[in-house]
Amino acid sequence: MDKGLPAKREITFETELFGSKTFLIYVEPVFSKAGETIGINYMGIDITDQVRKRERMIKIREEIAVQKAKETELNRTIHITEETMRAKQMLATMSHEIRSPLSGVVSMAEILATTKLDREQRQLLNVMLSSGDLVLQLINDILDLSKVESGVMKLEATKFRPREVVKHVLQTAAASLQKILTLEGNVADDVPIEVIGDVLRIRQILTNLISNAIKFTHEGKVGVKLYVVPEPPFAKEGSQHGSDGSTANQTTTNVPKEETCTSTSQTSSDQRGFHGKKHEGSCQNRSQSEPGTPVMNGKIDVTEEQAELPETTVWIRCDVYDTGIGIPENALPTLFKKYMQVSADHARKYGGTGLGLAICKQLVELMGGRLTVSSRVHCGSTFTFILPYKVSLSCDHSDDSDDPDDLSDMDDHGDSDDDATNGFFQFQPRTLGSLFSSNGSSRTQKLLAHNIGHVNSHKINGFSENYCSFPTSNGQAKEMDLVEDACSVAEALEISSEPECSFSHSPDHDSESAICRGRRHHNDVNGENKVSSIDVSTYSETSREVDVKVKISEPQLPAERQGRSDSGSQSTLNTSQEVSNSISKPKILLVEDNKINVLVTQSMMKQLGHTIDVVNNGVQAVRAVQCRSYDLVLMDVCMPVMDGLQATRLIRSFEETGNWDAAAKAGIERPSPSSDSLQPDCTPPKHIPIIAMTANALSESAEECFANGMDSFVSKPVTFQKLKECLEQYLP
Amino acid sequence: MWHGIDMYSLVYSFGFVPCACEHQGIVDDQFTQLRKLEDENSPHFVMEVASLFFEDCEKLINNMAIALEQKQGVDFKQIDECIHQLKGSSSSIGAMRVKNACIAFRSFSDGQNREGCLRCLQQLSHEYSLLKNKLQTLFRLEKEIVAAGGSIPRVH
Repeated sequence: MDKGLPAKREITFETELFGSKTFLIYVEPVFSKAGETIGINYMGIDITDQVRKRERMIKIREEIAVQKAKETELNRTIHITEETMRAKQMLATMSHEIRSPLSGVVSMAEILATTKLDREQRQLLNVMLSSGDLVLQLINDILDLSKVESGVMKLEATKFRPREVVKHVLQTAAASLQKILTLEGNVADDVPIEVIGDVLRIRQILTNLISNAIKFTHEGKVGVKLYVVPEPPFAKEGSQHGSDGSTANQTTTNVPKEETCTSTSQTSSDQRGFHGKKHEGSCQNRSQSEPGTPVMNGKIDVTEEQAELPETTVWIRCDVYDTGIGIPENALPTLFKKYMQVSADHARKYGGTGLGLAICKQLVELMGGRLTVSSRVHCGSTFTFILPYKVSLSCDHSDDSDDPDDLSDMDDHGDSDDDATNGFFQFQPRTLGSLFSSNGSSRTQKLLAHNIGHVNSHKINGFSENYCSFPTSNGQAKEMDLVEDACSVAEALEISSEPECSFSHSPDHDSESAICRGRRHHNDVNGENKVSSIDVSTYSETSREVDVKVKISEPQLPAERQGRSDSGSQSTLNTSQEVSNSISKPKILLVEDNKINVLVTQSMMKQLGHTIDVVNNGVQAVRAVQCRSYDLVLMDVCMPVMDGLQATRLIRSFEETGNWDAAAKAGIERPSPSSDSLQPDCTPPKHIPIIAMTANALSESAEECFANGMDSFVSKPVTFQKLKECLEQYLP
Repeated sequence: MWHGIDMYSLVYSFGFVPCACEHQGIVDDQFTQLRKLEDENSPHFVMEVASLFFEDCEKLINNMAIALEQKQGVDFKQIDECIHQLKGSSSSIGAMRVKNACIAFRSFSDGQNREGCLRCLQQLSHEYSLLKNKLQTLFRLEKEIVAAGGSIPRVH
């Protein structure tokens, strides 16, 4: 009113009858003729519904925006995850690639170690071996970790003898022991002679823990203790069992370490019968396999009755203890994290990659157990893990069990007592000195002494199964799936960051990233073996073996990396491809007027290993044939000046009559004879295969092509496959 | 980080663009085959062929436009030839929609239908622009990746 201007506003009223309603109020002042405001007009519109709709719209829009944001975030996460997966797989693949030649180097070094060497040479060789070992260890760790993380790792279930595993691991550790330490092992009597589990992994874990213990202990001892325990609380379900619910019985009747399980001594005679079943591959798994499941022990009678139950589960605890430098409390939480060492100082002083414990933890948990640690600085540490093992019930139980006094019996029993039953081992420092001379030969001696199939290059941590001679095939068989998968994934994503391969000799081709393996081999082969149409896919699968062969036979391959990119391509290598075919190159003529078709066809032919001559119309085609003897002609049908049909007719007439009269009549003058010209007129010129390239127009029917003398036709667009088939069919 | 996108995204997109193109029918399997022909010896093959094609296509479209504008009578034979050329090139390079547009165009030119031809020409231009756009995006990505020190994922 004051302003004299109309106004509009929304006002909401609360009405009793209709609830809240919103009105749009329009008020305008009314002026008298003189200009004074004398009143107002006002209008109200019920816009309740509109308002409601509007608010709903806003809400919907908000929701949509939120949804979109979520989607974007999700996509981004997926993307990142995918990339991470790929990167990880790439890492695994690369590690795998690196491993093979490296293990080759190490193997050669080991063989060298068996030859006559002077002192200095032997020292140098030792350095080589230990460095090589370290790197191989690292690579294996990486591979293992990535396998475990990506869920590829499959657990085995083989029978093995815990005592032997412990003994063997300790023996191995003792053999490479450089310090004055006592190694001891104690397997409780209630631990079964044989259990079922993933021997390799268990051995791996044990070895890892032991070598860690040794590493951080400068005096005193390092030991392994194995004993049966009742099912731990963290186990979600009881052990396997059959119908009898023996699981329930387990916990009630057992006291840790006091299993009334079979006493090994009593059943030793029976156990001996199982000797033959010992699995080769399963070196020593931890003797963690305790005899029978704890559960079973409590109810021996019951278990006897459950003869139908093939196996049952034992929980065995393993303590790896040492009198070493200990671990400060604050470092405990991060101990099992990847790449973490207790401190930077530790890392520097003691080396190592920090992967070991992480792997152990993953493996243990993968197998359904737990890995824990307790430690006191300057006193020592104990790493403990508990795992379930299956035991085949065919072994008898005996009631009599000695109460295993873990720390007793420090006196050594030597290491070659009754294998099956002996639960105590000890390796004194002085024994080491007498058995083994300096490092270099110890390795050799071990090699000779332990003539186990897979133990070819015995590494400290016993990762020997993957290193056989070079080039390996069995070790790779395991990795093949991973590698092949990785290949296909990796090929899809080619990142340029070249692996830091510093090999400069020919094996570096193997060590190059597997990412363009398939392609690279393709190129290599094409470059070297001059096979014109090789099937690339088969090649990448058999890459490893072939790769090695290629390498061995072509040591002069330039060591430059075939960087997938742009510059620095192996121009020398690939141009030679064109020049040096083993057979005389077939001469091919392409008759095509469309520049793009020419380019495409030429490129495809080049890929198939052929260079071609190109002309653009029928006249030029005839002239070309007059000058040169071709093995194959690809003839476009529709062309200016002279089309393909006519050109073919002319060429055929020459072949039939031996002269170029028809061509001359068409306006193409006869060529002067040259060295390349066709045979003299007395012998009939050979029939040149002419393939029509039709665009499927009405005027280019198949019959017409044949009628004009063409041998066959391909329809455009020309594809790689069509060309290939053509060449296969018409070239000798 | 380059241009605010990281290498992974770049390379990722690079893989995605051709797939998207094929998915939308803009290119067909022939294009994929051409990409397979790229290797260390001819790292820019697709780009070269595509550039050639763009030139060719523009010229032909131009010629046809001029021909169709002739007041004194449209030379349908010339148009037919242009279409034939374009059809051949587009099918060689795998430009499916352009090729199909040519096929449709041909029926109108056979029928000497000027109006129809004009419409087809418009459609053809449109498809061509679409293709050019997409391919140029692809090539630009390629350049960016290479400039950033990366390398192009090859098609296997």
